[in-house]
Amino acid sequence: MSNSSIAKRILGQDRNILQLIAITVLVFALMSWLNPDKFLRYYNFESITYIMPELGILAIAMMIAMLTGGIDLSVVGIANLAGILAGVFFHSVIVGTDQSTGMILLYTGIGILMALGIGLLAGLLNGFLVSKLRITPILATLGTGQIFTGLAVVLTGGPAITGFPDGWNFIGNGKIFGLATPFVLFVIVAGAVAVLLTRTTFGVNLMLIGTNPRAAIFAGLRKDRMVLYSYMLTGVLAAIAGIILSGRTNAAKSDYGASYLLQAVLIAVLGGTNPAGGKGRVLGVSIALIALMLLSSGFQILRFSNHLIDFIWGGFLLIVIALNAFRNTDR
Amino acid sequence: MTIFRRSEFIIAAILVVAMIFIGLINPAFWSMDNMFGLLRSNVIIGIMALGVLVVMISGGIDVSFTAFAVAAMYLTVKGMLYFGYEGVLVPFIAATLIGLVLGAFNAFFIHTFRMIPLIVTLGTGSVVRGLLLGLVGTSIINIDKMPPQLINFAKVNLVNATSATGTNYGLTAMILIYLGLALVTHLFLRYTMIGRSIFAYGGAPEAAKRVGFDTRKTLLFVYCFAGALAGFAGLLQGSMIWQANPRDFAGFELDVIAAVVLGGASIFGGRGSVAGTLLGVFMLVMVKNSLIIMKVDTTWQRVVVGLIIVGATALTAWRDRKKLV
Repeated sequence: MSNSSIAKRILGQDRNILQLIAITVLVFALMSWLNPDKFLRYYNFESITYIMPELGILAIAMMIAMLTGGIDLSVVGIANLAGILAGVFFHSVIVGTDQSTGMILLYTGIGILMALGIGLLAGLLNGFLVSKLRITPILATLGTGQIFTGLAVVLTGGPAITGFPDGWNFIGNGKIFGLATPFVLFVIVAGAVAVLLTRTTFGVNLMLIGTNPRAAIFAGLRKDRMVLYSYMLTGVLAAIAGIILSGRTNAAKSDYGASYLLQAVLIAVLGGTNPAGGKGRVLGVSIALIALMLLSSGFQILRFSNHLIDFIWGGFLLIVIALNAFRNTDR
Repeated sequence: MTIFRRSEFIIAAILVVAMIFIGLINPAFWSMDNMFGLLRSNVIIGIMALGVLVVMISGGIDVSFTAFAVAAMYLTVKGMLYFGYEGVLVPFIAATLIGLVLGAFNAFFIHTFRMIPLIVTLGTGSVVRGLLLGLVGTSIINIDKMPPQLINFAKVNLVNATSATGTNYGLTAMILIYLGLALVTHLFLRYTMIGRSIFAYGGAPEAAKRVGFDTRKTLLFVYCFAGALAGFAGLLQGSMIWQANPRDFAGFELDVIAAVVLGGASIFGGRGSVAGTLLGVFMLVMVKNSLIIMKVDTTWQRVVVGLIIVGATALTAWRDRKKLV
């Protein structure tokens, strides 16, 4: 197999990936030129590998919901609820018990299972509302997002929950083989989802359902069940993001990461996901994620206020919409 | 037509049952004081809901209007302070125009690039809020700086009364503005060509185009209308709470959308009525305000709003289920 055909297999047929790589290189060059001494430091890139994964996993979760033409506006709510539930659990068991390493590992394990479990349940609820009750995904997840965030407020009473065990901190702040643990987790999750979407019946079914729901039903696909599974997967991914977020900040709060919702949508759309369904690749989303992380880190070094960075994110989303529209009319 | 009547009838019936229920738990619910307060709380969310109703009838959704409202309010008040302007009419026209122009951007993006309204409005909302907070300022204009004529305007009451404990209360005249706007919205939705084109577009965009409606004009009107109402409501909110807070209305869009959905509008477009929306707004405001009266912990508020959205959308989805098969 020649080099070019390998490259073609990895990049796929769509020009979108190439365009994304070009944008990323452009952003990288621009930021290096604007802050020559601060941007190109190892420390800067290392901190990006800690901050990037939680947002990246949320964006992949958003992409999966979009594959069937839906959207999940409750991902941030699920993420926070997962972190808070684990935090509440740690508070109730760890106080007054022995703090040996074995016990801490056990508790951390239970905490992770609880967080993933609530993510699965939340996704199940979303999927049930969307596929069985046939509520529009926008409204269903808007409502459940309020419920999840509301439950998080009820559990904490408002303030942040702090004091997670060491094992939990390791997930957010540790290192595996010199790489940030969240980053390693992100690579594993992204790889697993990519395989799931391209190499399994489930993934192919999702693409077909998104491309033409009616045809998919007539072809005998179990649409409702597949959509249900896809929202469950989205819920679990959101919970993983919540675990990483609470591990990194060593705290969990009901209104953390509020701006992540827009950013997750933006990264998914920028990564070539079609919000109307049927199209989306993990690779595209990952490259879009890197481009936007470089962009926002560069502007932070330039001391732009967070509000202006929000503005840039929003403006970027609108520009990408316009670009995609022009590219599609070319064909 | 009978189905339309019926869904509003059901909403009204649920509303009455809920009112009796809340009244039984705490009779203070029926006091004039509380009722006037409830009606007052309807004004802002209600005016915004009229805009969202029109957007939803057209088959779209708007989550940017709260950002437009804040921008209109803050910029107008800043402008009034800067120029030392002492009127009321011009600022409200200015705020409405700011909202209208921002709404035109939504329409432009949605129509020109054929992008899903949710994603476009997420973007425009973020852009407007980011610019406002990043460039114009983050400081709250408090009552000591707030133009007094705005405050006095919003203080006008229709009825004044004194409660048994000696405190004064009244029914704000702003409710008339709200009801007037509702009437206008109802009339143009029902009896004008542009109003009918919104229903047609929401029901089936392609069909509306083939029948000969100028769909670009329809979309432009829809999003400009929503933006204009939001801008107006934004400045009115500032006048009613005596301060201009550039961070106001965060997350408020969910309440407004919930109220519209509660009022029977379908997100698939083509369905919805002003009367239903008025009822939906009243229901949402009543439930939220009455949680305190019913001695439910305020931390449960969001859960309740979420449950209302899910419940109401499940009901409308069930009502519309035959259309989907």
